[in-house]
Amino acid sequence: MTFASFIIQLLNGLASASSLFLVSAGLSLIFGVTRIVNFAHGSLYMLGLYGAYSLIEALGRTPLGFWTSVVLAALLVGVAGVLIEVLVLRRIYKAPELFQLLATFAIVLVIKDIALFVWGAEDLVGPRAPGLSMAVEILGRRIPAYDLLLIAIGPVVLLALWLLLRRTRWGALVRAATQDREMVGALGVDQARLFTSVFFVGALLAGLGGALQIPREPANLELDLSIIADAFVVTVVGGLGSIGGAFLAAVLIGVAKAFCIGIGTVHWFGFEIAFSKLTLVVEFLIMALVLVVRPFGLLGRPPATQRITADPAPPLAVPSWTFALVWLALLLAVPLVADRYVTILLTDIFCFALFAVSLHFIMGPAGMVSFGHAAYFGLGAYAAGLLLKRGGLPMEAALVLAPLVAGAFAVVYGWFCVRLSGVYLAMLTLAFAQISWSIVFQWDSLTGGSNGVFGVWPSPWLAGKTAYYYLALAFCGAGVALLWRVLFSPFGYALRAGRDSPLRAEAIGIDLRRFQWSAFVLVGTLAGLAGAVFAFSKGSISPATISIAQSTDGLIMVLLGGVETLTGPVAGAAIFTWLRDEVARRTEFWRAVMGMVILLIVLLFPQGLVGGLKALATRFRERAL
Amino acid sequence: MLNVKDLHAYYGRAHILHGVTLEARAGEVVALLGRNGAGKSTTLKSIMGLVPAASGEVSFGDVRIESLPPHRIARLGLGYVPEERRIFTDLTVMENLTVGRQAPRAGAPSWSEDKLFALFPNLARMRERPGGRMSGGEQQMLTIARTLMGNPRCVLLDEPSEGLAPIIVEQMAHSIRTLKGEGLSVVLCEQNLHFALGVADRAYIIEKGQIRFGGTMAELAADAGLREQYLSV
Amino acid sequence: MTAVLQVEGLHKSFGGVQAVADVSFGVDAGELLALIGPNGAGKSTCFNMLNGQLAPDGGIVRLDGRDIVGLSPRAIWRLGVGRTFQITATFASLSVRENVQMALYSHAGRLRSLLSRFGAAFRPEADRLLDQVGMLDQAERACGVLAYGDLKRVELAMALANQPRLLLMDEPTAGMAPKERVALMALTAGLARARNIAVLFTEHDMDVVFGQADRIIVLDRGALIAGGTPEAVRANAQVRAVYLGGTH
Repeated sequence: MTFASFIIQLLNGLASASSLFLVSAGLSLIFGVTRIVNFAHGSLYMLGLYGAYSLIEALGRTPLGFWTSVVLAALLVGVAGVLIEVLVLRRIYKAPELFQLLATFAIVLVIKDIALFVWGAEDLVGPRAPGLSMAVEILGRRIPAYDLLLIAIGPVVLLALWLLLRRTRWGALVRAATQDREMVGALGVDQARLFTSVFFVGALLAGLGGALQIPREPANLELDLSIIADAFVVTVVGGLGSIGGAFLAAVLIGVAKAFCIGIGTVHWFGFEIAFSKLTLVVEFLIMALVLVVRPFGLLGRPPATQRITADPAPPLAVPSWTFALVWLALLLAVPLVADRYVTILLTDIFCFALFAVSLHFIMGPAGMVSFGHAAYFGLGAYAAGLLLKRGGLPMEAALVLAPLVAGAFAVVYGWFCVRLSGVYLAMLTLAFAQISWSIVFQWDSLTGGSNGVFGVWPSPWLAGKTAYYYLALAFCGAGVALLWRVLFSPFGYALRAGRDSPLRAEAIGIDLRRFQWSAFVLVGTLAGLAGAVFAFSKGSISPATISIAQSTDGLIMVLLGGVETLTGPVAGAAIFTWLRDEVARRTEFWRAVMGMVILLIVLLFPQGLVGGLKALATRFRERAL
Repeated sequence: MLNVKDLHAYYGRAHILHGVTLEARAGEVVALLGRNGAGKSTTLKSIMGLVPAASGEVSFGDVRIESLPPHRIARLGLGYVPEERRIFTDLTVMENLTVGRQAPRAGAPSWSEDKLFALFPNLARMRERPGGRMSGGEQQMLTIARTLMGNPRCVLLDEPSEGLAPIIVEQMAHSIRTLKGEGLSVVLCEQNLHFALGVADRAYIIEKGQIRFGGTMAELAADAGLREQYLSV
Repeated sequence: MTAVLQVEGLHKSFGGVQAVADVSFGVDAGELLALIGPNGAGKSTCFNMLNGQLAPDGGIVRLDGRDIVGLSPRAIWRLGVGRTFQITATFASLSVRENVQMALYSHAGRLRSLLSRFGAAFRPEADRLLDQVGMLDQAERACGVLAYGDLKRVELAMALANQPRLLLMDEPTAGMAPKERVALMALTAGLARARNIAVLFTEHDMDVVFGQADRIIVLDRGALIAGGTPEAVRANAQVRAVYLGGTH
């Protein structure tokens, strides 16, 4: 690479880092004060792009129209953030963290469908920035003038935020609330107003990040989740809560990616390496490296010991044999009486039940919340399909080997994940899932890219829907039973002990990381089994099985059912799968409907459906006495 | 000044306060004594709105405050100093004070940074030091100073002597007597009877969420049976 | 008699500030040694270097003659060091008995089993430990609902589960009522003498310190300024000036 092309790639990287920084800074700010990981932050970014597009169309493609539109779009997104805070999040600040997360997922779904309704499914290509569409010549290469402006905007916003946080009373309040918001309230500060203002600033940053991208990137409906994954990586690398860290990480990742694209395909020692396809791998490598050296990110610090206000997790009840046998008998009888539709729906439910139970295992008793559990489900599905189609293995062998492939990935991913805890860990799991998705999506020649893998059918003796129903029941049922059994073993108790008090676990000689790592591999393998069973039941696999949406589906199932009961995730999986099926058959906007349903449940039953029903039952019984 | 009548409160499902009744008059230092877990902290938190009152009345001046959120209560001039200090460790001493600042209030002593530094000279030497790099005693002074920045008429002090070296405890007692001298009302919870005897005008004893004794410090000092029964000293 | 714990020339600085400077002392079997000093004197730093959570910059820590500097907290536990924490750390969702059983399972290296039922083994052993600390009657209750003083007892039972040579107790009586405090330390003292365990503890309650400790060492600004019997320490002018003040 010549010096000139080096500089060019550097500038490219810095230009793309700016928007990423704005989004990540907003995410970090909101998380700091409200302790909510705002999944909808990517949606706000997306709205920024769409909003800027429409405003420019309305106000004209003049410099004035363009810049007014960008600023107005950012402000409008800020207002959208305020609406989200006031209408939804304010009502659930006291609910468990995971429920707040669930609510922000629901908002993602709703915003996606609003965007679909208003702007349609087609990509919208925005105009070049009027007045800045020319290129500037640097070292004999041409660089868009707009990119240079973007490069300048990053540090300017960084400085402005720094001044705001360090030199104003508002900044002192924000930083104080980041540490102890209850105390800030007891000192006479209106938390609700503070939170709303923080949401406004955070959302505005996301909107600005989006609006500024409109000359460089078409507005489309996939942006919300792709930017949130990038923003998570940036936040984890930079250090949660550190605005400076977010800037550093955004620059590091932006530049590294630009170099990969700039290098293109090279031949080394007879090997052809397509660096342009390695951007995600590079992002991953940077993150892995940073996390090993500095577990809390470049400029992050260990999270302040959180004030424990939540009640400890209640003891788990062992599911009774009668309970299990009655259900088993009922499910065995279903194909005898029900129609084909019910059989297929239940087969889906079995797969998702195992998926949800494996997720519950890791996030409930083991205390490690995963935002990217679909990685193992999807990898299991793909492994099954590819072993059959490309490996030429019989279906039975593929079904048995596929979970092991997923488990092998869990070995690698888990090694990194167990080094972190809490939100950091959750974000890292999401980043791994997104990386898996991208590899599957981009590795066309192996995985079929966006089309997926077709013709993944079971062997003839299992081809009938009823036969496959029994296979799914057997495999998924065994998986669920195994996980439940392990929960009550010494291994499972050690995990619970480690969740309750890592300090004490270490002090009595428990190598907690090792246990958690093993747990990761165990649930990864079983989620992979769920994916493999699912693949053969559908006959095809699409990248959707590994997507963030699939991961969030899993979280919704677990949280709907309630983390604190064993049967909750199964009930959640059943209700969610059934409901989605019902809604999707009736409207194109099923996501919005699901989102609204979830919001309603979160607002009404902050302990999950099963937990909520139990609480209702207790209250009812108490009243009866 | 502060009037609590038949206050009930819960932590989760546990019924902690079973009808607490007490009062603090203007300019008075009142100690709330009792064993660990007797409900002292919960009483203060409940007055402050940090633990919701299930039933009962709390009046501050002539305002009913039992259903107000904490920040509204603080803005009426009731200050709260928490048990574990809860200093903002990332913020400097000056910034910690900024967070506590409220407008001056009629009928309450008015505090400025300089006046607080005169009360707690240690703090004056570390204005730009982050709260996290201060010793426990210094943090205890900062947490009181931070609350005083709100120019309160009455301060709730939760275990001001807990976890402090004996010599710092003596300084703390001195500071509380100074506050009283400024005309501030103080309600403090304590396990340390010796400390309470040195600063308070009157005392209440709380046991299992109920007030078992209310009287002057002299009455308490004279009644060894009472101390033995409720304070295990 | 050789000391169970022998500390020589322990050093630690944070960002140029000397937190612990040249600290040396020893604890004998069956002896209770109290480490006292003003807040920020370096007691916690000192403690964390003994239990493996912090690596010292210099110095030697010997447990029964074996250098344990650089070992992880887990490894140090395996060598026979039990701990209780200033803020109790127990497994809130497990029962009292299960908490103690957890320590016993871990001691026996039997936590790796995936399919057996936890709780079947070590029941009598757990109950015997709970009996010793007076918690047997609450064995079935979840730790999350216990009173604070009871949690401290559970911690003590857990700390005793690996038949320790040394107990490290960081402010063992913080947050307890005066009578409970003395009772807990008297219980500890009895167990330590009966089982020949060395005990090192930090404490702010002077009644506990002067009532229960066999010897006391005083730390101020990272350095030991005094050490000896309770009477000697109480009479020490420097200790009175920096720590005790006029009342004790």
